[in-house]
Amino acid sequence: MISETNLNKKPNYLNPYFGGVLLGLTLLAVFFVAGRGLSASGVIKLAIVTITDFISPAYTESNNYMNKLVPDDGSTPMFSWLVFSAIGTFFGGLISGAVYGRLGKLRIEHSPKISSKTRLFAAGIGGILFGIGSQFGRGCSSGAALSGTAAFSFGGLMVLMLMFGTGYVVAYFFRKLWI
Amino acid sequence: MGPLIPQGIITGQWDFVIALLIGFAFGFILEASGFSSSRNIAGVFYGYNFVVLRVFFTALIVAMVGLLYFDYFGWINLDLVYILPTYIHSMLLGGVLMGFGFVIGGFCPGTSFTAIAIGKLDGIVFILGFFVGIAIFSFGFPLYEDFFTAGDMGNITIGEILGLSNQIVTLGVVLVALVAFWGTWLIEKRVRKTINPFKF
Repeated sequence: MISETNLNKKPNYLNPYFGGVLLGLTLLAVFFVAGRGLSASGVIKLAIVTITDFISPAYTESNNYMNKLVPDDGSTPMFSWLVFSAIGTFFGGLISGAVYGRLGKLRIEHSPKISSKTRLFAAGIGGILFGIGSQFGRGCSSGAALSGTAAFSFGGLMVLMLMFGTGYVVAYFFRKLWI
Repeated sequence: MGPLIPQGIITGQWDFVIALLIGFAFGFILEASGFSSSRNIAGVFYGYNFVVLRVFFTALIVAMVGLLYFDYFGWINLDLVYILPTYIHSMLLGGVLMGFGFVIGGFCPGTSFTAIAIGKLDGIVFILGFFVGIAIFSFGFPLYEDFFTAGDMGNITIGEILGLSNQIVTLGVVLVALVAFWGTWLIEKRVRKTINPFKF
């Protein structure tokens, strides 16, 4: 028998298959409207280029990765689809958190077996690896693995399989962080 | 008919309004599915929570099948849909690095945005790390510029590599997804007996 306290503890999430159908329809909608998929990492890349360009336009001009991202007409790289969709993503999360009662003060979520410090350290390291990886991979989980594969891209499928495959291979070594 | 923006059917500033709306839906669905919690996400690697796999694969097959139907009905011109180009070498490295980042950090960029939105400090630290990672990549780019563009296969599709049509590829992905849904459901049931449930 499920007691009331247990019910209260259970987080109120969408059924994952229903959530997946909604996400798939969103992806289909963005393909239909924009002809390309979802992206999350692009905004950070553009932010870095914008800051660098502000400090030293000569440097961004000399860097072959950055100079492609600075518009020729002198406008800011931040006036981009990627930036607006990332702003939307943040507010979508915020509203969902409000609707389902998950908004809260700044807090750190971690396994009871590790300290908050360990969790933050791991999050930072993970973020750095993900950041470097997302550029070599031509996109992150949303841009390459999900949207890439959905548009039948071979590279997208490759990133998808490598990302999850590597995750499973190395998960054992990092199990203390989670279980 | 579609895609609308590349064909100029929707123009100008509407781009950004639509980007906001699409992004909003994306963030709402990620958060509502439980991706604002790194422990939900990491569960996919330890067998106690396969929500990532369920949402991800369901979204993937809905979008793939949807694109094929849109094409069949003549609603979208697939030639105008962006196919992510394939650069074998750098994408191999990128996929592996992201695998490490996923297990260690417990987020991917999109999910960390929603984690930040509901007040997770670990989400903020993840995205700061992500920022640093992209900065390291960008400033070091001259060192591996050749590697980055090596193995250029262009906008090649899965079907072109395997010699199959998009329809057969999609059918294959759907079958793999269904088997994965069933298999992970069995695994999750077993693992949850041995791992104490925790509060998120």
